[in-house]
Amino acid sequence: MVAEIFEFTMPSLGADMDEGKLVEWLVKPGDQVSKGDIVAVVETAKAIMEVECFRPGVVQQIVVEPGTTVPVGAPLARFAALGAPTSPGAAGSEAPAQPEPVAAAAGVSPHGPGPVAHPISATGPLIRRMAAELSVDLATVHGSGRGGAITRADVRRAASESTASRTAARQPHPGARISPYARQLAEQLGVDVSSVHGSGRGGAIRTDDVRAAARAQSEPARSKSGEQPAAAELTAAEPDAAARRAEAARQTTARLMARSKREIPHYYLRTTVDLTEALAWIRERNRELPVNERILPAALFLRATAIAAAHVSRLNGFWQNDQFVPGQAINLGVPVSLRGGGLITPAIMDAGQLRLADLAVRLRDLATRAKAGRLRGSEMTGATITVTNLGDLGVESVYGVIYPPQVALVGVGRIVERPWAVDGLLGVRPVTTVTLSADHRATDGATGARFLDVIGRSLSQPEKL
Amino acid sequence: MTRDKARELMREALRQVAPDADFDTLPAGTSLRDDLELDSLDFENLVTQLSERSAHRIDEDDYPRLATVGDCVDYLAGLEASRL
Amino acid sequence: MSTIETTYREAMRAAIRDALIRDDRVFLMGEDVGRYGGCFAVSLGLLEEFGSDRVRDTPLSESAFVGAGIGAALGGMRPIVEIMTVNFSMLALDQVVNNAATLLHMSGGQLNVPIVIRMTTGAGRQLAAQHSHSLEGWYAHIPGIRIVVPATLEDARGMLWTALADPDPVLIFEPGALYPMKGQLDESVREVDIDRAAIRRPGRDATVITYGATLGTSLAAADALAGEGIDVEVIDLRTLRPLDDATLLDSVTRTHRAVVVDEGWRTGSISAEISARITEQAFYDLDAPVERVCSAEVPMPYPKHLEDAALPQQVDVVAAVRRSIGDGG
Repeated sequence: MVAEIFEFTMPSLGADMDEGKLVEWLVKPGDQVSKGDIVAVVETAKAIMEVECFRPGVVQQIVVEPGTTVPVGAPLARFAALGAPTSPGAAGSEAPAQPEPVAAAAGVSPHGPGPVAHPISATGPLIRRMAAELSVDLATVHGSGRGGAITRADVRRAASESTASRTAARQPHPGARISPYARQLAEQLGVDVSSVHGSGRGGAIRTDDVRAAARAQSEPARSKSGEQPAAAELTAAEPDAAARRAEAARQTTARLMARSKREIPHYYLRTTVDLTEALAWIRERNRELPVNERILPAALFLRATAIAAAHVSRLNGFWQNDQFVPGQAINLGVPVSLRGGGLITPAIMDAGQLRLADLAVRLRDLATRAKAGRLRGSEMTGATITVTNLGDLGVESVYGVIYPPQVALVGVGRIVERPWAVDGLLGVRPVTTVTLSADHRATDGATGARFLDVIGRSLSQPEKL
Repeated sequence: MTRDKARELMREALRQVAPDADFDTLPAGTSLRDDLELDSLDFENLVTQLSERSAHRIDEDDYPRLATVGDCVDYLAGLEASRL
Repeated sequence: MSTIETTYREAMRAAIRDALIRDDRVFLMGEDVGRYGGCFAVSLGLLEEFGSDRVRDTPLSESAFVGAGIGAALGGMRPIVEIMTVNFSMLALDQVVNNAATLLHMSGGQLNVPIVIRMTTGAGRQLAAQHSHSLEGWYAHIPGIRIVVPATLEDARGMLWTALADPDPVLIFEPGALYPMKGQLDESVREVDIDRAAIRRPGRDATVITYGATLGTSLAAADALAGEGIDVEVIDLRTLRPLDDATLLDSVTRTHRAVVVDEGWRTGSISAEISARITEQAFYDLDAPVERVCSAEVPMPYPKHLEDAALPQQVDVVAAVRRSIGDGG
């Protein structure tokens, strides 16, 4: 009997994604995969993510080689479907090894040196600073760290190489591979093709690469205002891989946020919440919990938001085709800052079912994987409401921009000590500002007010969290 | 705990949390938050790493004593190996 | 505008019948076109309607009856000569290449040859290696003759009359796989232009250039790709000689990517010619190498699965377009 062949295609890892780069295969022809197994690592404009396969099967053929960028929906590999579900035991034993948890995978990728072309996400501020000081172009540095990450030793090695060879690397190659149309476009747009990374076959520069470079050129350095001055200088001097990536991420965010502000009539509500009880309570809990399960205040707000979203379900879901579509579950979008710069907003799925302690563990896991570039594709698409927390950065309140097509965003500021009156007595208490940005098409202010009220009351009764 | 041991633990823990940071070249005064750009989750992970590697439970009350790379080494070096 | 449901075969027959009615210089001849009704039943019933002077069965000698047709054309008639399949037309190659194609030139413009030669081409019907090849690309090599390939009902109905009106030889290649193709046809269609290629589906991201039986394959591939947000333009060449460069180049200059789909073999094929012209004339507008999807370079196999494997399929076209897009942005 001939097994049905199905194609494993480039998934859409967010409404704003139209193509992705296949970074690494975690399976090879002949491997059997179970539903939910992680089979590949994909890089989008925003992040590197692990991608699951949603049907059991046997890998027949790898269609797209690592390093190739393909549109969403393009086939990446062909699988022979496994008709009858194998017993869990059998499937488990034959399934390819799951990637090791990031924490255990220091130094060396469990899958060998990954063919990661430019693992920018792993290029942290120290590397960027060092590269800037030594005038090393990170795009030309081969990363020897985990998943191809650039280490300090790599930067030093690059710096010690002869000036001549480094200069040569940046000179236009007389034989650079570039499509004729891309060359013509580069001339029209005034793009120096020697600095453009080619994403086509054999590194050929395509028109898309030229357009991206042109956008990067026209975008002044101020767009990187959130980054280190050193990084900004580096970016301005050399449009290297990190800058291109930051640029791509910037463009993606720009499109999404412009769409949000264009389409969504936001209204904003704000309340100040006394956290005395809640903080005391988690402090007590943390004395008992294992160190790696300690509850951060951030988890408090996630839990309170999940409770509020359950009570006021009109704020949990999407505005699509001129109507509100309720979320099937409460999936909390959590913006996470990446060490290489940039922001990514994966979701804690089905957070409505999680108690505070579990949510805290999930938050840590999600943030850790986000920073390590090991998110799953499904985590990038599922958020039904977002909670942004800028408390770490010292601001007191956030009036956020809603992620379309979601209809609400909760903003949490820094926890500060303020004079606070309770029962007619003034005391100094830890308080924070919780804001709600909501889509006026989906709800009215009264709904939003009820939502914030539930958050406030939940935080005052931490034992119920 | 010896100072060398403490440095070794800190080096390993830092490698997990901030892989781009090279412990051996960092001045002791390097701020975890301002220089290494650790956020609260990163910090919590660092504490977890240090706790596990030193077999010493670091309490939240001690967090203020862990502001710089050097602080962490000092803190670890001050631990009695037998404490759990 | 009223339409009728018809087949490619019936549209072809209607075209011959119409020609026989409209012009008494027109006659049909070939192997089994009369009493048998044509090997593919295209001329079924015409002998009964028009008689044996105008629907003539011939001996099994392609060279002889094509030569007779050329003679009749020189004598003022408007013959439609049917050759059963393109493979058998090899036997008449001398007449086509050395006489029909050359006489106008060699006579200093005194002798034109208004003959129309029809033949079946292509595979897909399990007729094996002696009845299934696509050699129209060869004929397109020859100056002095025009090569047309109707791929739609409208062209099946309309190309013949235009071909008969041409003062010089026209070869019509009818993809055998299309004879049963059903569809709606505008009843008023009588003759169609045979000078221009047709954009059968407009698109932005890539141009698929094809003709004949692979038009359907290409359109299906374009539909499949549309589901992924890839917007493919599909061009039906219609006439392989002379090629309508303007339409092709205009399209490729817009999309910057070209995929040529040709049921013929790749080597020395019409697809090679098209690729060369694009490279010659639109090189600086290309964002990816020209892709080609052709038949496997083997004599056409008989077993269904092998024949399918040898022919350009929808998945092959989809893959080629993806290569082009993937490589070209």
